[in-house]
Amino acid sequence: MSTVFLALQTNEDTRPIIEAILQDNPSAVVDEQPAMVKINADGRLVVRRETIEEITGRAYDLQELQVNMITMSGNLDQTDDEITLFWKS
Amino acid sequence: MDMQVAKKKLGLKERYSVMTRGLDWTPSYQKMEDIYPYIAYEGIKIHDWDKWEDPFRLTMDAYWKYQAEKERKLYAIIDAFNQNNGHLNVTDARYINTVKLFISGISPLEYVAHRGFAHAGRAFPGPGPRVACLMQSLDEIRHAQTQVHAISNYNKYYNGMHDFHHMHDRVWFLSVPKSFFDDAITAGPFEFMVSIGFSFEYVLTNLLFVPFVSGAAYNGDMGTMTFGFSAQSDEARHMTLGLEVIKFILEQDPANVPIVQRWIDKWTWRGYRVLTLVAMMMDYMLPKRTMSWKEAWEVYFEENGGALFKDLARYGIKMPKCAEQIALEKDHLSHQAWSTFYNYAAAANFHTWMPDEDEMAWLSAKYPNSFDKHYRPRYEFWREQAAKGNRFYNKTLPMLCQTCQIPMLFTEPGDPTKICYREVDYKGDKYHFCSDHCKEIFEHEPEKYVQAWLPVHQIYQGNCFPEGTDPTVEGFDALGAVLKYYNLEHGRDNLDFDISEDKKNFAEWRGQATKNI
Amino acid sequence: MQIDLRTVTIKPLRQTFDNIARRIGGDKPASRYQEGTLDMQQTANFHYRPTWDPEHDIYDASRTAIRMADWYAFKDPRQFYYGAYTMARAKQQDTAEANFDFVENRGLAATLPESVRDTVLKLLLPLRHVAWGSNMNNASVCAYSYGTGFSQPHIYQAMDQLGIAQYLTRVGLLLGDVESLDEAKRAWMEDDAWQGLRRYVEDSFVIKDPVELFVAQNVALDGLLYPLVYETIVDDVLSSQGGTAVAMLTQFMTDWFAETRKWVDATVKIAAAESPENKEVMARWLSQWRDRSASALLPVARIALGNRSDEVLAEVVQQFNARMAKAGVTL
Repeated sequence: MSTVFLALQTNEDTRPIIEAILQDNPSAVVDEQPAMVKINADGRLVVRRETIEEITGRAYDLQELQVNMITMSGNLDQTDDEITLFWKS
Repeated sequence: MDMQVAKKKLGLKERYSVMTRGLDWTPSYQKMEDIYPYIAYEGIKIHDWDKWEDPFRLTMDAYWKYQAEKERKLYAIIDAFNQNNGHLNVTDARYINTVKLFISGISPLEYVAHRGFAHAGRAFPGPGPRVACLMQSLDEIRHAQTQVHAISNYNKYYNGMHDFHHMHDRVWFLSVPKSFFDDAITAGPFEFMVSIGFSFEYVLTNLLFVPFVSGAAYNGDMGTMTFGFSAQSDEARHMTLGLEVIKFILEQDPANVPIVQRWIDKWTWRGYRVLTLVAMMMDYMLPKRTMSWKEAWEVYFEENGGALFKDLARYGIKMPKCAEQIALEKDHLSHQAWSTFYNYAAAANFHTWMPDEDEMAWLSAKYPNSFDKHYRPRYEFWREQAAKGNRFYNKTLPMLCQTCQIPMLFTEPGDPTKICYREVDYKGDKYHFCSDHCKEIFEHEPEKYVQAWLPVHQIYQGNCFPEGTDPTVEGFDALGAVLKYYNLEHGRDNLDFDISEDKKNFAEWRGQATKNI
Repeated sequence: MQIDLRTVTIKPLRQTFDNIARRIGGDKPASRYQEGTLDMQQTANFHYRPTWDPEHDIYDASRTAIRMADWYAFKDPRQFYYGAYTMARAKQQDTAEANFDFVENRGLAATLPESVRDTVLKLLLPLRHVAWGSNMNNASVCAYSYGTGFSQPHIYQAMDQLGIAQYLTRVGLLLGDVESLDEAKRAWMEDDAWQGLRRYVEDSFVIKDPVELFVAQNVALDGLLYPLVYETIVDDVLSSQGGTAVAMLTQFMTDWFAETRKWVDATVKIAAAESPENKEVMARWLSQWRDRSASALLPVARIALGNRSDEVLAEVVQQFNARMAKAGVTL
């Protein structure tokens, strides 16, 4: 499978999001760069609203992720509950 | 959610659907082809606009909310950076030349993208793509303006940026990025989407922004880093639009596949040629390097683009064939470009210099197959000559490629000792090209590319002197007249970094900031 | 109080970019609106003609009959660049959100008199489509007009109208349901009351001259529609019938119109003041589109106003004429 990735700015907003992503995607690998965190995964990466809410203890709207997103790779599908990045092949 | 709904709660997709495509209707008082006149001539067949999948489902109220949050953060940082003389914290004054390159070469393109996406959005009959395009049009004016606002403070203290709009329309090497975007916006709306939305935003944007922005971060330029990352947060939306466009067109009709393949081939190459400027920026202009051009190409194109084209293979789309030549050029591109700009330092709005010993060692390590053999000896010679007071400034105008408009500086694929020349006879004139790919692009649409405003031709035709210039008077200083036309101040905006006002001022100001004098 | 935290005071070489200095009469500090607007659009040495419009350059002032010595004579009195624009809209969005919450949480929709609810669904919901049409028209003006001073506000206007179409959709979902939206669309497509307006909107889609399109959409149509529907019918008539909650849900539109008309008026004024020829063209477009707009809106007004419609509309037209006279065009 090809690698999908998501890169986020390194800040207080994204810390719990990264934690949630790592929790939900055991194969995900973190690559820390200047002011930016890139998360690579094999073929598929999912960001789940519930996990973020459990970590932060607050309601979270997945569209807020856009404020801190730097770049990504893969096809994207978004619902109220999760954002999925994936390659079909 | 912002667009909340009483009673039966609609899911994100359903809600977004009534908020966008539910608004549209099929007109009956005017004909579709009169309302949407630009949609048929490219030969792309669309049978059902409703098959469009919206990637990010952002309604306007949520858009305003999140974008305002980004803007507030961004301008707070720009203000703090300016109030604090943040420009004195960059690694060294050479870095500022990347900022000059950016504002005169890239920011004006953001503006063209703004107008281009307004045009494409208006041209498409489908509400899904229209909303996505118009939102991108709005984002792009954001990018153009935040860049101007962030760089405005650099312009107050450093040279070369003071008339960047004027220069973008005139200075010889800026016709490379300018003609690239002019080419895209003058193409039909589908080709525009493939060129900018897909090839540029999805395939190549990481190579432009990530190096520039991490470069800024590495070199202490918090202002640029902030607008870069802030712009990138919109880019994620743009990338998904670019990928969706491709999938949508390909799924609509098999006859679209070869047309799209040709566009992908063309625009990957056109975009790559523009990135020549980024390659030399990464390898030469950042005092503190992030990664080499070659490494960036391998990560962001070969690896990531490889995954993308593997994914698109199910539609019959193949990796653009220019990728093979690009792989051969990756050991040479930045060195050949920097050598050329070193030559033409008298006619550019930024400074150039020879790398120091440490930097040469870095280049040797990053380019073990090419640097020591082909480029180090050249640089050492120039450095010696400069030390003797013979800093080389080339005053002979170069021949330009008719398509990409870059001087003929690239070598034959596989032979870095021989300049690559191609030519085509068309309607009694001879046209010159830097490569097989640029030649093929011309051959497919000669009527378009013969129109190119080639800076060197224009200079020789006398079109690049200030009004009222008489080039026949004795002792006519052609270069001086051209620089006046560019509004480029000789001795301040151009020439070697070592003798620049930027270098002198930076040292003096930093001295004031760090020492008790 | 400004506390100066600078470590050193260094003298800048220049205050702004040369192009700005040339326009504002010398090298002095410029606003973000100025630096983000003036000369942003390329003007010289275009490489290729548009394959979709080979008669013109990429940006070409001759796409309109209006002639300007300098297209940067057009200035937005709101001084909207992207940042100022989005922050202004985010604030309004906050208010709108609070209003929707208020109406929803207190169940005010259910307490609306049936006749008011019925009028709202019949009158406001088809206007989603009018706003959507305006989104497309303003995108068109942004794409094909000349000079950022003129073109820039149109992308903001385009997205505002999309926002308005979406707020109207929310009103429909709050007071009705998805079927109410379908029914409103059916009325828009078929009912006699809406055909004049739909024809107006569809005819505006084929206007090629960007300044004429600005007149047809932002001046003549919106200039009658907003005072009629939001300022008169919703804020006065429905409110007096127990429909104050509706006025809360459309507050965005009322505030928005009060704000954007300043820019619209300034634009009309600058175009007309340039030359007698411009004034003549503007007057012709304005009266022609005003008359069409008024007759298209009359049957729509009847949905809420019945036999008072002629009288109310005549008043709205009169106010419009006065507004244009103030902008320098006597109709």
